[in-house]
Amino acid sequence: MIIIKVIVIILLLSIQFLDDKPYFYPMIYIENLGRYFAMLRKVFSKPVKWLILKDLILKEMNDLINNSLGIVAFISFFVGGVVTIQTALNIDNPFIPKYLIGFATRQSIILEFAPTFVSIIMAGKVGSFITSSIGTMRVTEQIDALDVMGVNSLNYLVFPKIVAMSLYPFLIAIGMFLGILGGWTAGVVGGLTSSEAFTTGLQMDFKTYHIAYAFIKTVVFSFVLATVPAFYGYYMKGGALEVGRASTTAFVWTSIVIIVLNFILTQLILG
Amino acid sequence: MIEVNNLHKSFGDNHVLKGISTTFEKGKTNLIIGQSGSGKTVFLKSLLGIFEPDEGTISFDGKIYSELEENEKRELRTELGMVFQGSALFDSMTVEENVMFPLKMFSNQSKSEMADRVDFVLKRVNLLDAEKRYPSEISGGMQKRVAIARAIVMNPKYLFCDEPNSGLDPKTAILIDNLIQEITDEYQIITVINSHDMNSVMEIGEKIVFLKDGIKAWEGTNKEIFKTDNEAVTDFVYSSNLFKKVRQAYIDEN
Repeated sequence: MIIIKVIVIILLLSIQFLDDKPYFYPMIYIENLGRYFAMLRKVFSKPVKWLILKDLILKEMNDLINNSLGIVAFISFFVGGVVTIQTALNIDNPFIPKYLIGFATRQSIILEFAPTFVSIIMAGKVGSFITSSIGTMRVTEQIDALDVMGVNSLNYLVFPKIVAMSLYPFLIAIGMFLGILGGWTAGVVGGLTSSEAFTTGLQMDFKTYHIAYAFIKTVVFSFVLATVPAFYGYYMKGGALEVGRASTTAFVWTSIVIIVLNFILTQLILG
Repeated sequence: MIEVNNLHKSFGDNHVLKGISTTFEKGKTNLIIGQSGSGKTVFLKSLLGIFEPDEGTISFDGKIYSELEENEKRELRTELGMVFQGSALFDSMTVEENVMFPLKMFSNQSKSEMADRVDFVLKRVNLLDAEKRYPSEISGGMQKRVAIARAIVMNPKYLFCDEPNSGLDPKTAILIDNLIQEITDEYQIITVINSHDMNSVMEIGEKIVFLKDGIKAWEGTNKEIFKTDNEAVTDFVYSSNLFKKVRQAYIDEN
């Protein structure tokens, strides 16, 4: 309990330096948390016509998932390679078997890199896209136009993003595969380990439960990635400059929420 | 008829609307005028239900908005058309898709029926060749006409316009004003326009409500505004020498 209290205090104190406000505003954070959950309630109420939602979901799948494939593949492949190189170069002792390089790569990529760090990268890419697109609609009164027509603007704008992000685990699965492939390529082509040793390491002490843990995290993060940036875009006030500020704030808070949830989920599932 | 009774609205300590009462009748273009910060936009947004009044009532043909059930409010909203100051067209949709949007959302018409209706309203606002273009590819005046087409596509009973000719050249501004007046007359709808433009006041102001510091300081027609002795109105409307001379000429002539 003491450890948790200390962590919460450190977190609350550090948050003030991450945000662009100079000092601690606990009431604002609590108010925003309440508004976030009130927003979620509205997102799932009064749905718009399925005919319209269907098209929006397909469009969001293309914008959020399909358009992120390239960056996830690129980063995963090269980070997998770097993990392998660093692990190999840190094994000086001849008594440590080479297959541990494959084992360490697998564990790093599956448990942490693919689900968590790719999500932080996605908070920058997808998150800022969501905040700026919804924020621009707010600034140009397009959201007011939806409200005046009697459309549930939160359902129209946010729900398709949540549904589209349900494909996010597939993106992470591709990231896992390419991360390990990158590790294998760097290890084998770079002469740091043999293909057999690397593959033995990959298969060693394999627990399917770790995959389940990674995907449970991924599903939770996908919801955060769709909703936290949408919250900052939807409730922003001001003009073009504020859209930029909202995107930055959304990135900071999405990252914080992902890191905190990563800690809590790891403690709950693996602890 | 739209009846506004003792409307109050505050934001924190800022008391914006201080007990406004007025009526807007069918088939007339009603203008709300006043200086920046006088409460025009808050008044219009309160009529539209975007802001909830702190006190007072707004009724649409006898139905008090705040007393309606949620589904009745939604139904009433389909009878409202709104032209926003910046047009508020959806960037990701073509002109045709923008105009079709309310039909797709609220009507059960077939695709061909919707396409026919869109064609009809685009013809009505004299926009025939722009249907496949995006809002960013057309001029400000054309965007306003698309916004008007979108606002009238559902055959609304009430049309609201927030500064419909701001940012337009005088000729296009007159075209937009005339178009709004023609549509109001043709479909016998209630039109409420927020405006700064004195040309609009003189040309189409069948009823004018003048707001000053959140209070209704004057109301009348575009004929009566020439004769009024209300200092607040004359200071605002005849602030330029040109309009002072026009007013004097009108008084001398009549």
